[in-house]
Amino acid sequence: MREKILSLLERNSRMTAEEIAVLLGSSSDVIENEIRKMEQENIICGYNTLIDWDRAGSDTVTALIEVRVTPQRGQGFDNIAERIYNYPEVQSVYLISGAYDLLVILEGKTLKEVSGFVSSKLSTLDTVLSTATHFILKKYKDDGIIFERKKKDTRMSITP
Amino acid sequence: MKEMSGRSLLSRKADSLKPSGIRKFFDIVAEMDDVVSLGVGEPDFDTPWAVRDEGIYTLERGKTFYTSNAGLKELREEICRFLNKRLDVTYDPLHECLVTVGGSEAIDLAFRALLNPGDEVLIPEPCYVSYTPCTILADGVPVPIPLQEKNEFRLTAEELEEHITEKTRILVLPFPNNPTGAVMRRNDLEAVAKVCIEHDIFVLSDEIYSELTYTGEDHVSIVQIPGMQERTILINGFSKAFAMTGWRLGYCCGSREVLSVMTKIHQFAIMCAPTNSQYAAAVALRDCYSEVVKMREAYDQRRRFLLHSFRQMNLPCFEPFGAFYVFPCIKEFGMSSEQFATRLLEEQRVAVVPGDAFGESGEGYIRISYAYSLDALKEAVGRLEKFVTRLRG
Repeated sequence: MREKILSLLERNSRMTAEEIAVLLGSSSDVIENEIRKMEQENIICGYNTLIDWDRAGSDTVTALIEVRVTPQRGQGFDNIAERIYNYPEVQSVYLISGAYDLLVILEGKTLKEVSGFVSSKLSTLDTVLSTATHFILKKYKDDGIIFERKKKDTRMSITP
Repeated sequence: MKEMSGRSLLSRKADSLKPSGIRKFFDIVAEMDDVVSLGVGEPDFDTPWAVRDEGIYTLERGKTFYTSNAGLKELREEICRFLNKRLDVTYDPLHECLVTVGGSEAIDLAFRALLNPGDEVLIPEPCYVSYTPCTILADGVPVPIPLQEKNEFRLTAEELEEHITEKTRILVLPFPNNPTGAVMRRNDLEAVAKVCIEHDIFVLSDEIYSELTYTGEDHVSIVQIPGMQERTILINGFSKAFAMTGWRLGYCCGSREVLSVMTKIHQFAIMCAPTNSQYAAAVALRDCYSEVVKMREAYDQRRRFLLHSFRQMNLPCFEPFGAFYVFPCIKEFGMSSEQFATRLLEEQRVAVVPGDAFGESGEGYIRISYAYSLDALKEAVGRLEKFVTRLRG
């Protein structure tokens, strides 16, 4: 049940408990209760809106930054990750296997702002060994949604 | 049409076939703007990308030649493996499986392979529109068995027995059913199988909607009932389960004796099913069942939404557990299905299919398809409710 509620909300966070109850053949009390519990358990961490900022005319830039760090005794990567994710301009931080350690996704107003953050805040952290910054040029698909496509029904309107 | 030297130009048999009741409606809808259609018989989902990608890839590699008449060996092997996994039945991919141009071709072939002039074919109605004309074209005699809502449009052994004569040769079993959404459970099939064995009747089981059932249990096929596999042609395909209608690919399985004759006709009429589609379909069976599961879940949610909406507007509708149709009853309004559908279209711009397009016993019902997004369904249900409220006014 939880998984089904979550996959509906993941697609459309505005769906009401009542609507979900109809689709899953349950009652809205049960659904409301489950949602509340999942919020408390931090399974549901928020209700975001997926926005194509390009189309909205916003000029923000997004960068993916590969960061190599020295893990700290007893702390591993958690400490350094926290020092990075506490900056509000940081959107996401992932611990990654492979050639580098942390993947940081950063949003800024201009290229200058992003590069400023990298040079003055990120690379100056003690444990950071190196960084590589990649700017995103175009988003084709985000969170499972393809941005450019609006599906049109091209089927014949009546078929047996 | 002008007559040539006193004879009719056309085959009397073909010329006298009744045109599909759906066609007329389609023509009206085509002329209108702003119509919300609930009239389609095909999935709204795109074919899974892995399947489309394989289609593109085989074109790039130039795999554009005929395949063997019966279809690619690797595809037939996948089909038999799939049936074995889903139904626990065994078919020999070399001699007991034929790849066809949609399930429709398999229906046509089966009648042509099995019927002699005057043989009777039992056709439970309401049902898909092609069994009757294909029977007639194969010189058989269609005998409708009107199914009833009080039985949830399932075929009972009694109904079957009432229609059997000495000439009865084939029973068509179209479940999960288009247009009613009815499914046959195992005990229903056992009762029907008993009658078939007793009266030596052959079964054409059209299971094109087999993967779309919402009972919580897997679809049951009549070939799973002891003694039935050898007297059944099992028809299925890729259109509904894998959202592949335009690829035109289906298949049938049955005894070597029958299949060899069907393959012979197929060889002369069709040569082979589209090569490109065959490669793509093998990928569908091999890699894409998880997509089927996702689509089934989405259909189930829409089905619940529609039934809930009908309950709220007091529109009587039995709960269907298969395909992607609901079949609400509109008898309270004192109109024929066609009148109802026509007025609904004219007044609220909602297209549905009148139930009698699927046989006389569909009169008094309309077929509503839920192969649409929830948003589209919400819009359509809103309009339907307005219409119904006004009629009751």
